Amino acid sequence: MALAEVPNLIPALPELFMAVAAMALLMLGAFHDRSTEKEANKAARLVLYLSVLALGLATLLLVMVPDGRVVAFNGLFVTDPFATFFKVLVLLASGLALIISRDYLERQGVARFEYGVLMMFATLGMMMMVSANDLISLYVGLEMQSLSLYVIAAFQREDPRSTEAGLKYFVLGALASGMMLYGASLIYGFTGATGFDALAAHFEGANGHAPPLGLVIGLVFLLAGLAFKISAAPFHMWTPDVYEGAPTPVTAFFSVGPKLAAMALLLRVVMGPFGELAEQWQQVVVLVAILSMFVGAFAALVQKNIKRLMAYSSIGHAGYALIGVAAGGASGIKGVLIYLAIYLFMNLGAFAVILTMRRGERMVEGINDLAGLSKTNPMLALAMALFMFSMAGIPPLAGFFGKFYIFLAAMEAELYGLAIIGVLTSVVGAFYYIRIIKVMYFDEPTEAFDGPVAPEVKGVLLFTSLVVAFFFLYPSLVLSGAAAAAAALLGG
Amino acid sequence: MSSLHILSSLILIPLAGAAFIFIFLTRGDEKVIARNARWAALWTSGFTFLWSLYLWFAFDRTTADFQFVERQEWMPAYNITYYVGVDGISVLFVLLSTLLTPVCILSAWEAVTTRVKEYMIAFLLMEAMMIGMFSALDIVVFYLFFEAVLIPMFLIIGVWGGPRRVYAAFKFFLYTLLGSVLMLLALLVMYQTAGTTEIPELMNAGFHPDLQIWLWLAFFASFAVKVPMWPVHTWLPDAHVEAPTAGSVILAGVLLKFGGYGFLRFSLPMFPDASVVFTPLMFTLSIIAVIYTSLVALAQEDMKKLIAYSSVAHMGFVTVGTFSLNQQGIEGAIYQMLSHGVVSAALFLIVGVVYDRIHSRRISDYGGLVHRMPVYGLTFMLFMLASVGLPGTGGFIGEFLILLGAFKAAPWVAALTATGVVLSAAYMLYLYRRVIFGKLTRESLQKISDMSRREVLVFAPLIVLVLWMGIYPPSFLDVMHVSVTNLIEHMETARAGADALAQAAR
Repeated sequence: MALAEVPNLIPALPELFMAVAAMALLMLGAFHDRSTEKEANKAARLVLYLSVLALGLATLLLVMVPDGRVVAFNGLFVTDPFATFFKVLVLLASGLALIISRDYLERQGVARFEYGVLMMFATLGMMMMVSANDLISLYVGLEMQSLSLYVIAAFQREDPRSTEAGLKYFVLGALASGMMLYGASLIYGFTGATGFDALAAHFEGANGHAPPLGLVIGLVFLLAGLAFKISAAPFHMWTPDVYEGAPTPVTAFFSVGPKLAAMALLLRVVMGPFGELAEQWQQVVVLVAILSMFVGAFAALVQKNIKRLMAYSSIGHAGYALIGVAAGGASGIKGVLIYLAIYLFMNLGAFAVILTMRRGERMVEGINDLAGLSKTNPMLALAMALFMFSMAGIPPLAGFFGKFYIFLAAMEAELYGLAIIGVLTSVVGAFYYIRIIKVMYFDEPTEAFDGPVAPEVKGVLLFTSLVVAFFFLYPSLVLSGAAAAAAALLGG
Repeated sequence: MSSLHILSSLILIPLAGAAFIFIFLTRGDEKVIARNARWAALWTSGFTFLWSLYLWFAFDRTTADFQFVERQEWMPAYNITYYVGVDGISVLFVLLSTLLTPVCILSAWEAVTTRVKEYMIAFLLMEAMMIGMFSALDIVVFYLFFEAVLIPMFLIIGVWGGPRRVYAAFKFFLYTLLGSVLMLLALLVMYQTAGTTEIPELMNAGFHPDLQIWLWLAFFASFAVKVPMWPVHTWLPDAHVEAPTAGSVILAGVLLKFGGYGFLRFSLPMFPDASVVFTPLMFTLSIIAVIYTSLVALAQEDMKKLIAYSSVAHMGFVTVGTFSLNQQGIEGAIYQMLSHGVVSAALFLIVGVVYDRIHSRRISDYGGLVHRMPVYGLTFMLFMLASVGLPGTGGFIGEFLILLGAFKAAPWVAALTATGVVLSAAYMLYLYRRVIFGKLTRESLQKISDMSRREVLVFAPLIVLVLWMGIYPPSFLDVMHVSVTNLIEHMETARAGADALAQAAR
């Protein structure tokens, strides 16, 4: 009997490892000699490298955790191939984001060991979100992630824009959390359950009876909170300001990590417990998708700051991913997963390029600062051109395949109108992506950027651009992973 | 035969050449790099051309089946395969692509002096994509190549183009993309409905006539922009005028054929009912294109723009021939595309020759060139007459067959289209007179030199080809004949089937 009281820890092993490692690194940083700037830098660097290592080890553990669906901690926590797929992506995203941060932090003079630790905690929160199987664990994971991110957004604390970004993100994020909590409480009130499995059973038992209005309102609040996290319109207002203000490597992380986790959560919530209520949530998702695609396409046209542009671009991409959610079914889920996996590489790659935009020891962020990059630094320009064409969805680059599977799912679900709006806004979007290429390739060069590019950034750029350029050669790896994940989500 | 992997190797050789230039030609003096890049590109494309001749000799002209077929698992979860092969309709376009690429590279030998390495890479990439596009037998593979061409072409226009290159490049890119994405949705619907992405199977899928209408329209959106048809042709004059010479050559020579080829490969065999429904629309748009753009061409002051508008008019012939839906018309359309591929390419090269010397494309800046450039005058005359459609040149055979086919389908269409022949004679002869004849009065032309040996070498294969096509057309018609017959029979059975179904439903 004593054995039964020890919860099954194996499924949560990667998370436990992350938590322990993060706290150990916190201790390491705290007790490291930081009396001089040099020593502080050293501590920061050490913690950063060790956290990358920890992320790698966590990935290994993740792969080693047995396949199949396991529920632990009284149904609060679940692991299945779907969770594993997203956790690998999340770990990859934070690993890459950490790697490209080092040089930036040191040059900006904000290299502090807390950065690595906070990133670890944020990643842990995301992993919790992905594995949440209850409205309560969902909220705990989400808050853990968000609170770490609020701090990281304001990490460059001498810079007013960074602190403003952190504050803005915090206030609006708290609002979104509040809405979500309110939604969750309504759902609990009307069903008497918070566990996803119990909720699913509840709706199956309803036998097609229309759900009570209060429950639908609760669901909408929940969706609104998640839409905030994936920066989908009309909950996107914070995105451009936070993206612009936050330190660039943090922005890079914001544009992928939290989105991945929130999208995973969204998929799990709507496909699992609320799968029976598809009629109710589908309309909401369709509307949010359309709005996001429009905002992403049209608002980006007039941007002059590249980080703001990337913010709008990420809003648009959230819209495309939501098409897959709206389509539902195995192919819809697969579409979203493939889309997000590809999006991770192109977005992190693009931000790695933005990180090299530095002139006279200052970061420059204007799109026009890229002028003539193809002459001053041809390889960098080529990488950026690859990412931009890929985001525009031009084959044979990876971004095309992302869109391909999304639209395939939309066609399968007979969402023709949504698909047509999707492709049309993608043409509008193509305009601003190729405008960046125009600036790099057709315009006369201004001053070159400060060289040389940090070796880690170079490595990440090489890695991401190879993935983006040659995804078409061997798509099966991602496809089969996504297929297994989708099957797990629908089966569970 | 397929053990040679000839089509795949034709796609891969240019890619390998591009990769070689990209990776190995990095160090050293810029001039040395440029020279090496030129030679590497020329060797690669020359070898590709020679290798592609194997297709010409080994192609079985007695069957309508796809030949040199290769199939390789690609995305097994989605049942999408890498699947290539050629039939009588596509094989000649593959050869046209492999022929024009070395010509382009040779023509840019001295004209392009900046970023030579990138220029050569772009052309080799484009060659691979063109070959892939024409030999794709899977709609996803087809779309991949069809769209991928946008990337190198956008850069070629934008980087090496004229003063308004940015505008032209954007217009080209966005027009084409807008059409293509609608086609992508149609492709997905076809995949959904038929459960396969293989073109030969889709031809027999027998889509419901109502669905065909929508699919046809979506494909039309893409192909009409590519052809280009009136009224979505406006990107073409801009793109042509601003593109460097070799870019115009590929654009007119091969990229425009994507649209015409698309109609033959998709619209006719897969949506036969819709094709019949939309024939009046196609005829109307084509006739407007032929007459209107011919008149516009007559008023042009810029040589390249004039030839660009003449391209639109000639492609109008192609769409008339395609949608006359009979043997003569379709064979004429293919023939016209091939001969236009050679002739318009040559005409853009001809403009390029004098542009390289004077750096002007204005017709009024020239005159009396025959006095200093007799060889040039002769070459120009040959291609000018081929463009007009003089018997003995390739242009005549195509136009004649198209008019014959159109006459069988609808006499009034033939009558109206034939005015295009007259108008083309008018604007081409007018152009020729203003540029070549008259007194050599301009200061800038006093020292102009005739074509160099390299330039003669550029034109030589095109001259041979245009005369060959005009004098002995069976060498080419035989290649396509069986496939075209098969296409028409296929359309008739499909339509008869649909009619019987409709009867039964009543």
